[in-house]
Amino acid sequence: MNDTLSRYRTMTGHRLFWPAAVLFVMLAANTIYRPGFLSIELKDGHLYGTPIDILRLSAPLILVALGMTLVISTGGIDLSVGSLCAISGAIACMYISKQPDQSSLGVVVTALAMAMGVSLVLGAWNGVLVAVIGIQPIIATLILMVAGRGLAQLITEGQIITINSEPYRAIGLGHALTLPLAIFIALAAALLVAAFTRRTALGMIIESVGGNSVASRLAGIRSGRVIFLAYVISAACAAVAGFMMTANVSSADGNAAGLWVELDAILAVVIGGTSLAGGRFFLSGTIIGALIIQTLTTTVYAMDISPQTSLLFKAVVVIAVCLIQAPAFRARFSRRRRNVPPPAPVADKPKEQVPA
Amino acid sequence: MTTGALTAGRTRFRLPRKQIPVLATLALLLVMYGIGVSQYTAFSNVQVIFNVFIDNGFLLVVAVGMTFVILTGGIDLSVGSVVAMTAMVSAALLKDGMPAALVLVIALLIGPTLGLLMGCVIHFFEIQPFIVTLAGMFFARGMCTFISGASIPITDGFWTAMSQERIGNPRGNFVSISVLIAFVVVVIAAYVLAYTRLGRNVYAIGGNPQSALLMGLPVGRTRIAVYTISGLCSAIGGILLSFYTLSGAPLIAVGMELDVIAAVVIGGTVLTGGAGYVFGTVLGVLVLGVIQTLITFDGSLNSWWTKIVIGGLLFAFILLQRLIGIRYK
Repeated sequence: MNDTLSRYRTMTGHRLFWPAAVLFVMLAANTIYRPGFLSIELKDGHLYGTPIDILRLSAPLILVALGMTLVISTGGIDLSVGSLCAISGAIACMYISKQPDQSSLGVVVTALAMAMGVSLVLGAWNGVLVAVIGIQPIIATLILMVAGRGLAQLITEGQIITINSEPYRAIGLGHALTLPLAIFIALAAALLVAAFTRRTALGMIIESVGGNSVASRLAGIRSGRVIFLAYVISAACAAVAGFMMTANVSSADGNAAGLWVELDAILAVVIGGTSLAGGRFFLSGTIIGALIIQTLTTTVYAMDISPQTSLLFKAVVVIAVCLIQAPAFRARFSRRRRNVPPPAPVADKPKEQVPA
Repeated sequence: MTTGALTAGRTRFRLPRKQIPVLATLALLLVMYGIGVSQYTAFSNVQVIFNVFIDNGFLLVVAVGMTFVILTGGIDLSVGSVVAMTAMVSAALLKDGMPAALVLVIALLIGPTLGLLMGCVIHFFEIQPFIVTLAGMFFARGMCTFISGASIPITDGFWTAMSQERIGNPRGNFVSISVLIAFVVVVIAAYVLAYTRLGRNVYAIGGNPQSALLMGLPVGRTRIAVYTISGLCSAIGGILLSFYTLSGAPLIAVGMELDVIAAVVIGGTVLTGGAGYVFGTVLGVLVLGVIQTLITFDGSLNSWWTKIVIGGLLFAFILLQRLIGIRYK
């Protein structure tokens, strides 16, 4: 009995337990509501089905959230990713639409390289503002969030640019090994980031900078460079996500592309257990968080509720997941239910929250 | 964040430095107005200034509420949605034939209630304000479409009277009642921040929450209070917006929180909290309003230039705050 209880405790105490449980409950509820929900079928050598759709549609969010995880773990926040998605998509589509042969691979590669280059520059701009000039991250990236939306509209001249390019379209809708290409791109990015952060010292350095950037600097870590790097990586991830979003619809809309994706990404990161105060990050949690958000969106669409009303559900899920994970809430909850004295105050006192 | 060394040497003349951002905003406002007057003859009409107030009255009220929150070092992302929800609820209730006075009371209660709840969650469960108010934003926006997917017109007598009433001089210059309400809110807020215990607590918590707690100040109560105040201001802003547009639309005021935060920052309030004035926020809102007016007057510039200019101004002002080194951690 005692053994089961302790095992139960270790399991619920695992950082991935609650996000995974929420995801599982949502999938189960969907399957009960719509028995065909989990069915996958093979058509023309491609797999189709709602789970595949969820994976495909969550790919841009996963990408953005990966970059966001690194930024948040340095104790920062990047609000500009949505605008960066719009800018990268706009530049790529603008360049392709001006070429005589839109389907040529060379054209698409050039377009992607150009857009990626601009995004890296903008990411570096964020990085310089935060790491060199020392502006608060939330404000430093707010500049680009507001101005970037304007820049994207400036690039597209306020129009929606449609293109007809097969290779570009493949980024969003192409298939490989029966699965959508977007899934592989997101997976590759996740593995790349995971390899660089968990197989090298980079991850620990990022966490130490997020924990205390001054102390890390005194310990010999170039905090500034690490923070700068995080913003550049975030911009690169956002750029790829921007390609996917525009490729999905074969058009670039400076106004609507990537709108509010920064909020979804921050949510995904927080649901995944990464603290907004910085210092620790969980890539796997972030990916589950992104899947939760996309599953929620798909569920709401499938239930024929207007997309705006889905925000109600999102609010409930967000607050529920955050409450479950909040130590203060857990302490209260367990105290009341089991009627045992609360655990001794945790040694590490909550950090002063700078960004928000 | 790593800039302790940079600012350490410049702590002399601290008091006047605190006023520099506000003075810079004032100077910018005058310069922009000067440019407007020199370029367009119609710009010198007093009505242009009045129109800036009429068009941005609701923004001003909401920005005042946001100033309280930002002064404590928090942030409230829910304001735009709460504005929309208030307008939506009033429109829906009026459509059902409820008396205007009752609708007013209900609409003014929703915002503060939501603010109170968010404040409690932030304080008692120690979840970041960013996330809690983000959830509040989703909730309020979701409620809007839950009430109605389409815009609801308001035909109530009181609302139309408030909307069309013009207070002005014989020469035809006028302001709407909304502007007067906005001014009243600004004056009350300025008084509360400068001369009451609550106001001092707000500054103290923004300066350093731990010290404030050790000094025996009611940190929790104050923190919950500022989110409630912000909710109340958003509710008033929502009512003013419904006076202005005479309708409730589910997608109105989307992204307004960014304008509000930008106005507060341009007005010289520091986002880490502890420094800033309501007067600065008024100037910040006016700067945004004048930018929009200038771009409208020009005619050849597209609307996206507004965003780019606001982004540029944000950068300039933050750099200024950074250079004079006030209270950046």
